Amino acid sequence: MAEPLVIVDDLHIVYKVYGAGGDRGTAATVLLRMIGRKTRGNIREVHAVRGLSFVANRGDAIGIIGRNGSGKSTLLRAIAGLLPPEKGNVYTNSQASLLGVNAALLDELTGERNVVLGCLAMGMSRAEVKAKYQDIVGFSGVGDFIDLPMKTYSAGMGSRLRFAIAASKTHEVLLIDEALATGDAEFRVKSHNRIEELRAAAGAVFLVAHELEEIELTCNRVIWMERGKIVTEGYDVITIVDQYIEASGGEPVLRDPVTRRRIKTSSMETAGA
Amino acid sequence: MTEPGGPSARPRARRTARSGTERAGRISAPGALAAGDVGVLSPDLNESLTDLAARYGLRPSAERPSPPRYVRELWQRRHFMLAFATAQNIAMYTNAKLGQLWQVLTPLLNVAVYWLIFGKILDTSRGIPDYIPFLVVGVFVFNFTQRSFISTSKVITDSLPLIRALQFPRAALPLAYVLIELQQMLIASVVMFVIILVSGEPITWYWLLFIPALLLQALFNAGIGMFVARVGAQLNDFSQLLPFLLRTWMYMSGVLFSLLTLAERGFRHPLIVKLLYINPAAIYITLIRLALLQKQRESAPGAAPYNKALCAKWPDVTINGVTHNYLYNSKYCMPVISPDLNWPLAAGWAVVAIVVGFFFFWRAETRYGRG
Repeated sequence: MAEPLVIVDDLHIVYKVYGAGGDRGTAATVLLRMIGRKTRGNIREVHAVRGLSFVANRGDAIGIIGRNGSGKSTLLRAIAGLLPPEKGNVYTNSQASLLGVNAALLDELTGERNVVLGCLAMGMSRAEVKAKYQDIVGFSGVGDFIDLPMKTYSAGMGSRLRFAIAASKTHEVLLIDEALATGDAEFRVKSHNRIEELRAAAGAVFLVAHELEEIELTCNRVIWMERGKIVTEGYDVITIVDQYIEASGGEPVLRDPVTRRRIKTSSMETAGA
Repeated sequence: MTEPGGPSARPRARRTARSGTERAGRISAPGALAAGDVGVLSPDLNESLTDLAARYGLRPSAERPSPPRYVRELWQRRHFMLAFATAQNIAMYTNAKLGQLWQVLTPLLNVAVYWLIFGKILDTSRGIPDYIPFLVVGVFVFNFTQRSFISTSKVITDSLPLIRALQFPRAALPLAYVLIELQQMLIASVVMFVIILVSGEPITWYWLLFIPALLLQALFNAGIGMFVARVGAQLNDFSQLLPFLLRTWMYMSGVLFSLLTLAERGFRHPLIVKLLYINPAAIYITLIRLALLQKQRESAPGAAPYNKALCAKWPDVTINGVTHNYLYNSKYCMPVISPDLNWPLAAGWAVVAIVVGFFFFWRAETRYGRG
C-alpha cells in the first residue's frame, strides 16, 4: 500500500554566499585579491538543511511548517532537483514540479502565451495544450486579462495563473511554496479542491504555508522544521500544529472538542465553503 | 517507472557496498512501512533509505539524464522551443514604437554605418568589386552569429523564473534563442536580397546554395550557443567581455574588407592568413558571398589557371572619372585554402560546435538556475 514517492536521505544543503562582507564590487578589493592571488574572499556558507530524512508515500499531502529561514523552501527546491545536496540525497521517481510565488513565467508575454509555453515546457503535446487551455484559463479566473502581458497582472492573478498551469498536469510530485497565499478566498477553495484531486490521483503533495489553517485543511501529514532540522513530524496534523503555535508563543487555537476543527471567529467566516 | 532498468539500477549498484550485508530477508517487507508508522523512516529502520529508493526505482532528483535520454527529452520539447522563439520574437519589440520594423532597420543601419566609415571615408573598398553587396552579405551573415552569441550568453539568467518553476531540459533555452535569431536572420535576408538585386546582381542557380550554407551556420550557432549559455551562466563577467571578443572576431573575419587583400598584398604571415580564412565566421561568410555574388565567384582565386604575372597585376578601372585599383585578376592567384575545402570546413565547424556545445552544456545540467 504505502509506496514511497520521495525519499529524503540525510539531506544537507549548503548555500555559498559570495561577498558576504558587502565589499565585493569595489575596484580596490578586486585589485587586492588579484595581487594577493587569493581565491574569492568573503565566501560564507549557510547550512540551510542539516541532515533531514523522511519518506513521502503515494497519497501523502505533507505540510511543512516552521519559522522564516528554517529551510522549508530550500527543502522543496532540493526535492525538485534544483539544488545539489552537499551530503545525502533526495530520491524521486519522476521530476517534481515546484510551484512558488516567485515562479513568474515570462512577464513580457500575454497570459495566453504563458499558458501555452508553460504546458509545452512541462512536456505536453500541442493537442493536449489545446484540450486543456480552456480549463486552465477558467480555473485561474483571470478572465479578460488573459490577452494582456503578465506584467500587468496583480500579484494574486499572477500566482493564480501559475497555479492553474502547474496544476493542469497530474504531477506525481507537486511542491507548492506559498503559492496560494496571494489568492482570494474563492480561489483558495478552488485550489484546495484541486490539491485534493491531485492527491487523490495518487501523487504526493508538499505544501509550504504560513497560513496554518490551510495546512490543517489540506494536509494529512506535517513536518515541523527548525534551523534546518525536523522538530516533529507525523500524521497527527492538528496536534503538531498546536504544538508549533504554542512554541512560537501564539494564541492557542479554539477547537471543537469532537471534530477538532477550528471554531471560526466572525472575521473568518467568509473563507468557508 | 517507464524507465527501463538502466538508469534506475545505477544508485543501487553504487550503494550496495555500504549496506548490502543487512538487506537479505527485508526485501519482502514493504507493508511494514505503512503499518501504523508515524512517518519518520530514519535509516535505522528495516533497511537503509538508499536501498529503499533502489527497490522502488527512485533516482536522485538532481541526477543528470544520460545524453541519449537528454536528446530524446529535447526532441520532445521541440514545440516548446518553436513557441518560445516565436513568442520572444514578438515580445522583444513590444516596447518599441516601430515594433517589428526594427528587425529590418537594425541591419540596415549597420550597413549604412559601415559603408560610410569603411567604404567612403577610409576607402577600404579598394580592390573589391561591387563593395556594397559584398559588405551587406558580410554584415548580415556575421550579425547572425554575433546576435546568437550575445543572446545565448544571457539566456540562463534571463530565464531564471522559468527554470525555477518548471522542469525541462535546459538546452531547450539556448536552442530556442538561436531559433529566434534564425527567424530574425530570415527576415533580414529579405532585405539583403533586395539590396543585392538593386545593386545589379543577377539571380542565378547559385543562390540556392544560400540555404545549406545558412543551415550549417545555424547549426554552428546552436552549438556555440549552448557553449556560451553555460559560460554566461557561471561567469557573470562574461557578458561584459563578449562585445570586445565579437568585435575582434568581426575584424578578423573579412566582414568589412576582403581577406584576399591580406593574402595578395604583402601580409607576411601566411599561417595567420590561413587561420583567418578557415575561422568559422569567415567560412560561412565566404560561402554565402560566393553563392550570391557573381563578381565574387568570378574573381575567387583558383577560378582561372594560376598565373603569377596576372595575379600580381591589379587592373585599373575608371568609374565616374576616378581610377580604382581592382582585385579582378585575383582569379589567377593561388587560393589560400582550396575552394573545395569550403563546404567540408563549414560542415566540420557545425558538427564540432554541436558536439562540443552539447556535452559542455549537458555536463552542468543540474546546476542551472541555482543561487
